[in-house]
Amino acid sequence: MDDDPAGVPPAISPCLTRREAGLGAALVAGLAPAAAQAAQAAQATPGATLRLVLRVNGKAVDTMVDPRTSLLDLLREQLHLTGAKKGCDHGQCGACTVHLDGRRVASCLTLAAKAQDRRVLTIEGLAPPGGALHPMQQAFIDHDALQCGYCTPGQVMAAVSCVREGHTTDAAQIREYMSGNICRCGAYTGIVAAIQDAATRMREG
Amino acid sequence: MQRFTYTQARSAEAVPGTGARIIAGGTTLYDLMKLDIETPAALLDVTTIPGLDGIAFAGDELVFGALARMSDAAEHPEVLRRCPLLTESLAKAASQQLRNMATLGGNLLQRTRCPYFRNGAHYPCNKRAPGSGCAAREGLDRGHALLGGSEACIAVYPGDWAVALVAMDATLDLLGPRGARSLKVAALHRLPGDAPQQETVLEPGEMILRIRVPIGPIGRASTYHKIRDRESYAFALVSAAVALDMEQGVVREARIALGGVATRPWRVPEAEAVLAGRRLDRALALEAGRAAFAAARPGRHNGFKVMLGTEAVADAVMIAAERSQRP
Repeated sequence: MDDDPAGVPPAISPCLTRREAGLGAALVAGLAPAAAQAAQAAQATPGATLRLVLRVNGKAVDTMVDPRTSLLDLLREQLHLTGAKKGCDHGQCGACTVHLDGRRVASCLTLAAKAQDRRVLTIEGLAPPGGALHPMQQAFIDHDALQCGYCTPGQVMAAVSCVREGHTTDAAQIREYMSGNICRCGAYTGIVAAIQDAATRMREG
Repeated sequence: MQRFTYTQARSAEAVPGTGARIIAGGTTLYDLMKLDIETPAALLDVTTIPGLDGIAFAGDELVFGALARMSDAAEHPEVLRRCPLLTESLAKAASQQLRNMATLGGNLLQRTRCPYFRNGAHYPCNKRAPGSGCAAREGLDRGHALLGGSEACIAVYPGDWAVALVAMDATLDLLGPRGARSLKVAALHRLPGDAPQQETVLEPGEMILRIRVPIGPIGRASTYHKIRDRESYAFALVSAAVALDMEQGVVREARIALGGVATRPWRVPEAEAVLAGRRLDRALALEAGRAAFAAARPGRHNGFKVMLGTEAVADAVMIAAERSQRP
């Protein structure tokens, strides 16, 4: 699995939101090593009692979380990777789909703690930086597979898995294995066409 | 959400003594914690225990590690060949994302989708708040049980996998505070009675280690037939798990269990007896379907499930029979 795209910096530390920065005035991002920084962030964020080490889009992350945090909230609120979306927050809509150790999961129903020592791939890490889009992203554009776009990052991440799992034999199978991703705009026809197209391109690529 | 501590288990032996609530995939428990319906003070993640995620044939038994993912079992080629009922019950449940998360053991313990249970404190619910009453009794009961309900609760057991396992006479290997024991899947879930908050016979800290399914003459001629409001990613309106042992058009033995219509996985020996020893045709299959729902007690909005379920059982019997003719 290409969860570790080439050409990315070796480590990142979690960004601070304005709220966190306000709580921890003494914390100066970039000066302390990641672990020490994370420990300081724990003091700054009440309840962040759990140290978490994982890789996100190929980069090492070392941070402190409240055990209640979902993987989705870790990605969006602490790492500022806002591609994965919060639709229902109950695993029903698929907008939060990311890959965990190469498998698609609903990040809203995954405890962040469960990502300990594991690899997460989000829409931000799907294509290498500065290069062409992933064939699935390009196919979604080519086939008008979206309208408002809110569900699209989840659709694309699920669709990439759908191809890799071998579940693109025909349109019916694609619909079955994409049923966990809801599109309120109803762009399903374009989504199925995009996946069929990208499946061919991914096999050739 | 209430605060809790989170720990990862390294061995099954370490689980029973901790007093913590077991979490595996979390697709039910974490979901209900977000709704403040589940409020554990300590979670013990068992998915970090090695060696409990295998799927293997051992003699005449198919053995599933409790931590195998639904998606692994749903597409296991040998399981599909030997007992399609099992793979179908998993493939027709949830979405691929959730099947990648949820475990085979945890799946058995999923809790009801009754909206009065899930949607909060302004509805009475004896399962969520014992003694408060049952809103479904006077409410919208389209999704509620026709079989196994009580005055206190008519919430449907929502799973598919357990229904398939009950039809296959599967057994669980458990490890708890008082040691190891085995239990039929059919004995796992309680009837609601006057204590619907007690859903299983598991003791606190007791963990499912393995699921063992006997595969003999019964297995290949089987199906899990699930009828839903939409074609995919929905809970069952009604489902029928059917497995047959047939010889030259005559049923030697039949196993039938129902999902989506009962308070727990619901085996129907009355319907099985209709088929046993008789030459199968569609009329006999329908007779079995009627027998399966003879004891049904519909509410106000779910009466249609008697006919729907009768036909679903008949269709499932015919699908399973057709599979007995495959080489």
